[in-house]
Amino acid sequence: MSAQLKLRDKVYEVPSGMTVRDALLRLGIEPESVLPTRQGELITDDDLLREGEVIRLVAVISGGGASLAQP
Amino acid sequence: MKCRTCGERAAINMRQHKLALCRDHYLSWLPEQTERFIHKYAMFTRQERVLVAVSGGKDSLALWDILDRLGYRAEGLYIGLGIDGGVGYSAESHRMAQAFAAGRGLTLTVVDVAEVEGATIPEAASLTHRGRDKPCSVCGLTKRHVMNRVARDGGYDALATGHNLDDEAATLFGNTLTWSTGYLARQGPVLPGADGLARKVKPFCRFYERETAAYALLRGIDYIYDECPFAVGATSIEHKETLNRLESARPGAKLSFYLSFLEAKRRGAFLTAGDDLPAGLHPCSTCGQPTSAPGSCSFCRTWDAVRARRAERLTAV
Repeated sequence: MSAQLKLRDKVYEVPSGMTVRDALLRLGIEPESVLPTRQGELITDDDLLREGEVIRLVAVISGGGASLAQP
Repeated sequence: MKCRTCGERAAINMRQHKLALCRDHYLSWLPEQTERFIHKYAMFTRQERVLVAVSGGKDSLALWDILDRLGYRAEGLYIGLGIDGGVGYSAESHRMAQAFAAGRGLTLTVVDVAEVEGATIPEAASLTHRGRDKPCSVCGLTKRHVMNRVARDGGYDALATGHNLDDEAATLFGNTLTWSTGYLARQGPVLPGADGLARKVKPFCRFYERETAAYALLRGIDYIYDECPFAVGATSIEHKETLNRLESARPGAKLSFYLSFLEAKRRGAFLTAGDDLPAGLHPCSTCGQPTSAPGSCSFCRTWDAVRARRAERLTAV
């Protein structure tokens, strides 16, 4: 009775029936840093994980941009 | 979770606003909010020409998409940095920016740093003392210079970047940790133009990073998913992660941090920080862009040194 969360090249196995948010917190992934998708569609993190499904997590953190405040 | 507007299945939940929206209503909401902030902070008008700095990433392409949808006169600028990182990073981001512009019939100006200045950003970094191990310093310096040059030479009224709230909060956090009051005094949604410096605006400064990413995904915008290879381990990303932990425990913490800062600034909290600012700007003796340094600006000095060292190495070979 499990589902998979996929983030970049990593795949995590978690129990189905729990919410996406709880699964993320259990895995130590900040919910703020990802967007969960089911079959290509965005879902909210209160959605329950279904048996056997794969939830793809889209990482949203980017960095290294030039600060405009510098001269 | 249901969309607050129509009751259909929600595509995104914004805990800091206690607001969940479906795809269609989210794709209307974000542009409406962008318009609101453009007006609130007096960024630019529909009569003005806006240059959008696009990297091929989610934020800048989403911004250009929204400005176009809202009817603004927005054109794009892509700066080719020559970063490969084993994944063809610059080539791929260039392709994304070009495909986006071509698909919408938008004008994109491309500046290839290696073609114009004689070396890629990683090559330049390896040839100077300015960040030998990481090219981020040379990259930031070069991007700021090129963006201002193209905005000024092209007669644009404003230069828009896709900086989001996470970017702004991370910068604010970093500058607060070091009490860099000069930078704090200049941080904000708008950096007014003056003395040859283009007005710089950040219409996405109040949107969380996940909101701009959600917009790009829901809009079907093809953006470069990989981060710049040199951003791995960047302090700004560590700050974002720290702030996200706060946000997770207390929804709205990032927004509150940034808005409280803007309010404190509005009330004059950083007025004396102007003491840290350069006393006066004058045109660089080489390129003519404003600088506080005597003679040539930091960009010209850096790139002159890069070209000189490159020539030395070629002569030695």
